[in-house]
Amino acid sequence: MIVWKPFAAALCALALAGCASFPTTAARVEQAKPAAPELTIQSWTTDQGAKVLFVPSDALPMLDVRLVMNAGGARDGDQPGLASMTSALLGEGAEGLTVDDIARGFEDRGASFSTGSYQDMGVISLRTLSRPQWRDDAVNLLARVIGSPSFPQDALDRVRTRALQGLKMDRQVPGPQVEKAFQQVVFAGHPYGHPESGTLESLPGITRADVQRFYQRYYAAGNTVIALVGDASREQAEAIAARLSEALPEGGPAPRLPRAQRLTERTVEHIDFPSNQTHILIGNQATWRGNPDHVALYVGNYILGGGGFASLLTQQVREEHGYVYGVSSYFQPMAGGGPFRLQLQTANDNADQALGLTMKILRDFIANGPTQEQLDNAKANILGRRALETADNSDIIGQLGAIGFYDLPLDYLQRFNEQVETVTVADIRNAFQRALDADKLAIVSIGPRAPDVPQGAQDETQGQNQ
Amino acid sequence: MKVLWIALALSVLTVSARADLPTHEFQLDNGLKVLVREDHRAPVITVMIWFKAGSIDEAPYETGVAHLLEHMMFRNSKHLAPGEFARLVARYGGANNAFTSYDYTAYFQQYEASRLPLALELEAERLKNLRIEDDDFYRELQVVMEERRQRTDDQPFALAQEKFQAVARPGTGYAHPIIGWRDQLAQLKPEQARSWYQRFYVPGNATLVIAGDVTESQVRPLVDKFFGDMAAGETPPRPKPTLDPPAGERRMTLHLPVRVPALFMQYNVPSLTTAEDPATFYALTMLAGVLDGGLSARVESQLVRGQRLAAGAGASYDGLQRGNGTFSFSASPNPGVTLEQLEQGFEEQVRRIAEQPPSAEEMDRVRAGVLAGQVFQRDSVMGQAMELGRLSVLGVDWRLSEQFDENLEKVTPAQVQQAARDWLVAERSAVAYVYPPEPPAEASPSTRQEASQ
Repeated sequence: MIVWKPFAAALCALALAGCASFPTTAARVEQAKPAAPELTIQSWTTDQGAKVLFVPSDALPMLDVRLVMNAGGARDGDQPGLASMTSALLGEGAEGLTVDDIARGFEDRGASFSTGSYQDMGVISLRTLSRPQWRDDAVNLLARVIGSPSFPQDALDRVRTRALQGLKMDRQVPGPQVEKAFQQVVFAGHPYGHPESGTLESLPGITRADVQRFYQRYYAAGNTVIALVGDASREQAEAIAARLSEALPEGGPAPRLPRAQRLTERTVEHIDFPSNQTHILIGNQATWRGNPDHVALYVGNYILGGGGFASLLTQQVREEHGYVYGVSSYFQPMAGGGPFRLQLQTANDNADQALGLTMKILRDFIANGPTQEQLDNAKANILGRRALETADNSDIIGQLGAIGFYDLPLDYLQRFNEQVETVTVADIRNAFQRALDADKLAIVSIGPRAPDVPQGAQDETQGQNQ
Repeated sequence: MKVLWIALALSVLTVSARADLPTHEFQLDNGLKVLVREDHRAPVITVMIWFKAGSIDEAPYETGVAHLLEHMMFRNSKHLAPGEFARLVARYGGANNAFTSYDYTAYFQQYEASRLPLALELEAERLKNLRIEDDDFYRELQVVMEERRQRTDDQPFALAQEKFQAVARPGTGYAHPIIGWRDQLAQLKPEQARSWYQRFYVPGNATLVIAGDVTESQVRPLVDKFFGDMAAGETPPRPKPTLDPPAGERRMTLHLPVRVPALFMQYNVPSLTTAEDPATFYALTMLAGVLDGGLSARVESQLVRGQRLAAGAGASYDGLQRGNGTFSFSASPNPGVTLEQLEQGFEEQVRRIAEQPPSAEEMDRVRAGVLAGQVFQRDSVMGQAMELGRLSVLGVDWRLSEQFDENLEKVTPAQVQQAARDWLVAERSAVAYVYPPEPPAEASPSTRQEASQ
């Protein structure tokens, strides 16, 4: 059970009046143990080697199907943007089907089809009504689209032009530029070290043959997770998974990615850009899928910068000092590593002070970890919101995709929550100290002037002295 | 005919799928409207409160005050110091935020279902007991200035959109940005926020929406307890901002720090609330669907894929507004295509519909998307609360959403053709061409890298 008293006492000390009784409903709500529905996941493997995860739910007459391939930007090799182009070209033509046939085929049935490409994953999604006459047509069309794509040259040219225009647009705003620079600094030399969307230089060189080769290798059944959520029986789900799996190229899983190495010294980079705000990203390679410190880092980061309005960074950098609209941090565990990333955007005149204050908060947190009260509140939030995280089919399909892709146990969410219950202040402090060194971070910024980077702990207090 | 059959069958499906979602409506003596949507699929709730107060209600000298007040609602109140609201929500596993629109301001909290009493108590606290302290106001104003820099001043397309709206909807409250013109925002005073709160944040000007795993009998006593003791207050007058008679054809050219040019076009057309005949709203909805209801619709298949004019293009109708509706087109051209050619491309698509009604297949495809979308929308309790609240503050009966598909079913191809002829006409239009700076002074971004210590 979560201890409520320290929080109530703290609240009383701060409140202006009537603290003994506000909120009057707290005691009543405290007694109600929040419902935490458990996700029961069914799983099997198709004959072609695709792993399937399925959660039936007949509450709504709809079905979500998601295929997750180990086919993200990390597989681009020396052709940045190849994974992303391949993903964008699915649906642009298949054997015997034009792009118009495909679009009409889904939309006549009210179904929605989309693809996406990330660092680790290529993702294909279908949402359809579950009555067999609509569902079966949509699934059969999906099988043709992903199983025999024709990658027409004119579609490649058009999609490439669109991507190049998008890259030009990225250069008219600060955010994407600083994000790409951060990725390149932190993951230099690693498959995560280039932009998944490609570059102005790399996209023109991508040929139809490159795309076909990439598809054949990485969209193989044995490199695929199939997630299904919604109104279908086990038998129907098995048939759908088999149909999709049979359509995909034959082949096994992609090789493991190398583990990214962390920066061993502070690395500062600034991009000159005539913006009104300075954007600053702070971080390093810090974690990976399977890290035994995962829960401690997750809970700790919730307190530091992941908990929205309740986080330390928002409370201090935004609420107390008014330096920013947004400040947040996260760990992003992926197959070959995963960054810690802290981000803020602030008026150029405040950049030095905001960076100094942020570095101080981060350094203090790494050194000391949270207080017991902060940890109790964090646990109360994370455990209290379990019901919200599996309420929608769209929430569940996302969880299944990640569990399948990263080979997590089927009761991963339950185990995660059990670990949240037992994690201690010392666990978090130790995990942060293993993951991060305040003196060895990348600090990447964009704006008209490079912010003053504090030289060490004693230099990180400007924000407090404004 | 197969498509039509699907659409009809779909419509039966959605009606039957809705039967298990009872919706209750009641009103307190002080005027507070309450809507309860029961959806027991998962043990979660969304609590929202909607106010009939948005940017269109701002006087020209106070643009941005509606949104700034929204920020202040998370700060001080009688029982809660700054930050305590957020900490309490988080402590009980909740998520919360708010948004300000032209027509309304809305606040939401999402929780596991047993947190309902707390959600209502917190919502009532800031409606009854908000305190706007001077120093706190100025600190939050700084945050909002940062929000403006981030979302508008450093985003040339957003900046273009802001300048375009001033021309596209002249003389109405829709002509200024929701976040406020930069210089006016900087001059706002706490008195203006306090006055806004007193004028608009009264029970008779609000709708409370509770959706999810609740029953009416759970909600009623809690709402009575926390909101029933509030005085009714005076509901401020709220004229409907329209552009009738039409404002005339308007054109502008902008030079902003963009790397890719862009085209914006907008027509002032009726909305559901201003149309003399609601059929106009449904015809315009179908027209937007025929033009851009999906990847198979005309904008994508003709302009983006067929003629290759645009890297990205869109058409949309926003007919759920308090004032007139808007029918909008926007696009960025492919290299070698001019904005004039792009504008002609859109005009040709409109002209083709004006000359020849859309096919039955196209109409059915639009309806299939709408009908399936209504089922998909039910996947989210928040989505349901959003729909109920939005209709309520527009003065539209929530039951209308249940008749939406039936009303679309009645629209004929000839009515869609007529809508294009009647409403997408020059005297109702505004057009903006957005170009890079002139002369082309391209400052190449240089990078500097150093490793210290």
